[in-house]
Amino acid sequence: MDFLRPASWEEALAAKAEHPTAVPIAGGTDVMVEINFDHRRPGHLLDLTRVGDLYEWEAAEDSVRVGASVPYTRIMENLRAELPGLALASHTVASPQIRNRGGVGGNLGTASPAGDAHPALLAAGAEVEAESVRGSRRIPIDEFYTGVKRNALAPDELIRAVHVKKADGPQQYSKVGTRNAMVIAVCAFGLALHPRTRTVRTGIGSAAPTPIRAKAAEEFLNAALEEGGFWDNGKIITPSVAQRFAQLCSGACNPIDDVRGTASYRRHAVGVMARRTLTWTWESYRGARRLTEGAA
Amino acid sequence: MRVNFTVNGRRQEADDVWEGESLLYVLRERLGLPGSKNACEQGECGSCTVRLDGVPVCACLVAAGQAEGREVVTVEGLADYARQRAEHGGCATGSCGTFLQDTRGRAAQGQDSQTGEGTELAPIQQAFIDAGAVQCGFCTPGLLVAADEMLEHNPNPTDADIREALSGNLCRCTGYEKIMDAVRLAAARQGEAV
Repeated sequence: MDFLRPASWEEALAAKAEHPTAVPIAGGTDVMVEINFDHRRPGHLLDLTRVGDLYEWEAAEDSVRVGASVPYTRIMENLRAELPGLALASHTVASPQIRNRGGVGGNLGTASPAGDAHPALLAAGAEVEAESVRGSRRIPIDEFYTGVKRNALAPDELIRAVHVKKADGPQQYSKVGTRNAMVIAVCAFGLALHPRTRTVRTGIGSAAPTPIRAKAAEEFLNAALEEGGFWDNGKIITPSVAQRFAQLCSGACNPIDDVRGTASYRRHAVGVMARRTLTWTWESYRGARRLTEGAA
Repeated sequence: MRVNFTVNGRRQEADDVWEGESLLYVLRERLGLPGSKNACEQGECGSCTVRLDGVPVCACLVAAGQAEGREVVTVEGLADYARQRAEHGGCATGSCGTFLQDTRGRAAQGQDSQTGEGTELAPIQQAFIDAGAVQCGFCTPGLLVAADEMLEHNPNPTDADIREALSGNLCRCTGYEKIMDAVRLAAARQGEAV
């Protein structure tokens, strides 16, 4: 095994071009587990911890560019206002030790259906900035996950950053597990209200071969909210609407039975989380609306 | 491969390190620092918790090569680390970002900074003893490093803060209550000392 230690992003891209099977390692919270347990013996490890700009984040007009290696701890501390869904999801990752090392780039690179960041990215709307010596491209998050632990990256590409849409409304994240820490999600759910476009977006984790959106549920809710004038009148969500939304979210799942839970439990739990997060975000939207109206 | 880094204030050089080796293995098997414990090797248990450039991490998940040029503090160096922090005006406010730089390259002052023996205990270590928070002792080094780091930036933790800070450290003996007592005790003593 060779340990490649590029000092800059350009060197990292050159190394990945020369050794396309090299395994990138930053926080090591996935890769080192596989090596420790002899599940993986890559010919080359490509250490990205010396590439400083991967640890930086920057707010643009309507999105935040989060460097691939920005640890979850930093996201929780610094991006809660702009990226509330991702900050909540980050807080559910493992433990402080893991959150100090792991970041979204690794979550995307591993592309596990159980990765905690994915539902939040899907709900908020995001693009993955991938780069190789051939050039840079932005991959929409909906097109990024291609199979169980597979993603749209080419062999010579590295993830440089993820561009996440700034929240324009309330966002929530919910995760089922046996305790509050050190848990791989049994299933997880992210929900973002986008009052500016009068749409909602969802993200489901650990309940299908890849992280997915519940598109039929989104379309149903978008239409129901529009039809009832909910965005304007700020009424509470009709229980039947919430229930139908939950059913459609359950229906979007394609889960398996495994040691963490059964398929039917996952379907059920996703429905419960969908209904709860809808209530939480909508109540928060109503509260904010009342405040702005009160001010006017 | 060769790895050069600083452990508990002392320059170290490890030779013939396998490229897939963890920092934990280097510390325990090559540098003779068995304080950081090897249990789950997957970041679940926290018994290998060390400070890497000041940040608490699982040493089993740091590739040895990633430690090149970095500063590591293990439980063996915790007493010296805490003492130097106190001498630098108590790092508890978080205003002492230069603390690590100050200690860079400086040999720790204890009678045996390598093993931690013969030096006075860190306040958190004494609190664990006084509160009866040590049973089999296997999880203790990781808990000490994690708890000490929390008290460094959060001198008045709530119970929820303590539970969260220690949520990555498993203990199979104590049921955690005595550990909670110990951290509360250390926080209270730290408050009295200021």
